[in-house]
Amino acid sequence: MSENSISSKQELIPAQDSPVPDPLEGVNFGELELSLYRPRTLFSVILSWVVAAMTFLALIPLFAVLWMLIWRGGQRLSVALFTQLPPAPLEQGGGFGNAIIGTLIMVGLAGLISVPVGILTGVFLAQAKDSKLAGTVRFAAKVLTGFPSILAGVFAYGAVVLATGGFSAVAGAIALSILMLPTIILTSESAIAMVPAKMKEASIGMGATGAQTVWMVLLPTAMPGILTGIMLAVARAAGETAPLLFTALFSNYWLASNGRVDLMQPTASLAVLIYNFSGMPFANQVELAWAGALVLVLIVLIFNLIGQSLSHPQIHQQ
Amino acid sequence: MASISRRARVRAEVASWNPGQIWQPPTRAQRWYDGAFRRLCFTFAAFTILLIAWLVLEIAFRAVPAFRQYGLGFIYSTTWDPNKAQYGILPEIWGTLYTSLLAVVIGSAFGVAAAIFLSERYLGEAVFKGLKFFNLHLHPIWGKLPDRLELLLKNLIELLAAVPSVVYGLWGLFVIIPMIRPACNWLHEQFGWFPLFSTTLSGPGVLPAVFVLSIMILPTITAISRDALVSVPPKLRMAAYGLGATRWETILGVLLPTASRGIFGGIVLGFGRALGETMALAMLVGNANRLTVSLFSPANTLAALLANNFPEASPKDIPVLMYAAVVLLAITLVVNIFGALVLERAAGKAEAK
Repeated sequence: MSENSISSKQELIPAQDSPVPDPLEGVNFGELELSLYRPRTLFSVILSWVVAAMTFLALIPLFAVLWMLIWRGGQRLSVALFTQLPPAPLEQGGGFGNAIIGTLIMVGLAGLISVPVGILTGVFLAQAKDSKLAGTVRFAAKVLTGFPSILAGVFAYGAVVLATGGFSAVAGAIALSILMLPTIILTSESAIAMVPAKMKEASIGMGATGAQTVWMVLLPTAMPGILTGIMLAVARAAGETAPLLFTALFSNYWLASNGRVDLMQPTASLAVLIYNFSGMPFANQVELAWAGALVLVLIVLIFNLIGQSLSHPQIHQQ
Repeated sequence: MASISRRARVRAEVASWNPGQIWQPPTRAQRWYDGAFRRLCFTFAAFTILLIAWLVLEIAFRAVPAFRQYGLGFIYSTTWDPNKAQYGILPEIWGTLYTSLLAVVIGSAFGVAAAIFLSERYLGEAVFKGLKFFNLHLHPIWGKLPDRLELLLKNLIELLAAVPSVVYGLWGLFVIIPMIRPACNWLHEQFGWFPLFSTTLSGPGVLPAVFVLSIMILPTITAISRDALVSVPPKLRMAAYGLGATRWETILGVLLPTASRGIFGGIVLGFGRALGETMALAMLVGNANRLTVSLFSPANTLAALLANNFPEASPKDIPVLMYAAVVLLAITLVVNIFGALVLERAAGKAEAK
């Protein structure tokens, strides 16, 4: 097919004795042919397949991890996991009810700190877009996103554990809130900045104050985007281990004793339980670590999926 | 129907309003609240900057006693012996940089490949061709299928980053290490003279740690590189195709060079993430105070050192560990600030075009 088209093209431009050189002279039309026998085309097609293969290869670990979690963690899944305390060495059975509650409480406390600060900072960034402070804050938030989680733990250890004299849920929550903050700031800012300017201007034109505009127009309109940020931050915080290792430490007991919840004592969390139990030479503990990993990944994935579904409302509505 | 009835309700409500009540300037309380709210937003924004300063100072001040005692020798000596009060973190610094660099090499190869695959709309194209083959194209039910599959693939890559690092550590410990051990030991037997294979893999070691680390930083590199590739002006691509370039001549000659700053920024941020990653390394790298280039030897990193020693640190160990934390903080802050600056300049250049 290509042979025909090339020969017809050459007939269209007859050779002339004109001073203008023929622009197509010396062009090897066969080389422009789209055929796998041409090195150029072959190279392109092969690289396309290589890239496709690498992408799917990169996804294998995700499915391998999920498969192992379901296979090894699923065996132990039972109600007892959620209601019982971690077993002592060589003891059979047991669960990690206290660790789930500990994780939820610490992530909740961290959210209480970082959500208001993060959203209002996002409001400031979106409103005072071009001010010098806004530029610096935005840069600081971007640098904080890559802040190693263990250093947040070191900070909370210095600022809370050493200051209050003991490991506590509060120290863990403060370490987690530092990690949640930048995500919430940056997503709230972009969500608020995406609110159509005419809505904001209409609100101001009707005489609303800045605070009224923010509360009644900007925040409700930007809510899906802000919630996405919060969900992603919660998902990240729930899975963090390093900042909890030496701030909340671990505990084999329930957080509430004698009907009172004491947040100033060492607190168990799922992530630290997985770390501690994975290094133990007892089969029961290793099984619990796998089951704990399954529960933790389910929690994290659910928050992630909620966040991702909120961030693409236009596609899901159609 | 619902919207009409809602509109009627709103209209009825507006009709019931007393104009004198709503057409009024903000009350003193409203104005005071507005001012207070603005100041609150400003304070929280300023707090974010102060927070970074506080983080740095808190860790630095706690390290002062150790800095006075050990000075710079702490950074280039190699013994870590709490009983003799001898501390040096050169093996940890080396381990941190070595594992992160290897992970970045692997992670960016796969990450950039995935970014190209996702930004070139290969999948959507393939699905569209498949549908067309069965004469199914342009039907409202599956007309969105190519877009949705691309979105699904992008989200799946992002989910790689969502799996907690402790779970990757667990997986590496019980799945990866037993799996790669025979191959590693075979390599050691055949090519033991080669420095990279100079020891056997007897359990945790550099290679499993690097393997898991590269999986963890891949989504960062993919997401940022994909953004950079997508924001290349379409006319450049069209011009390349118009000149007769094949798809990969376009990608290698036009798209990648144009997006190179963004991709480089993504790789630097991925490197920063690898430097600070803790749990997977604490579980997989072996925690051996050893200067090694062998892929199969146990080693240690700064973050893993902190994770292992902080929980039962005695008061006199704390300044030493804080000193190690300062070193890690300095390395990661420099890398992260550099990465953020590169990305900011890349974004500025893209806007200027």
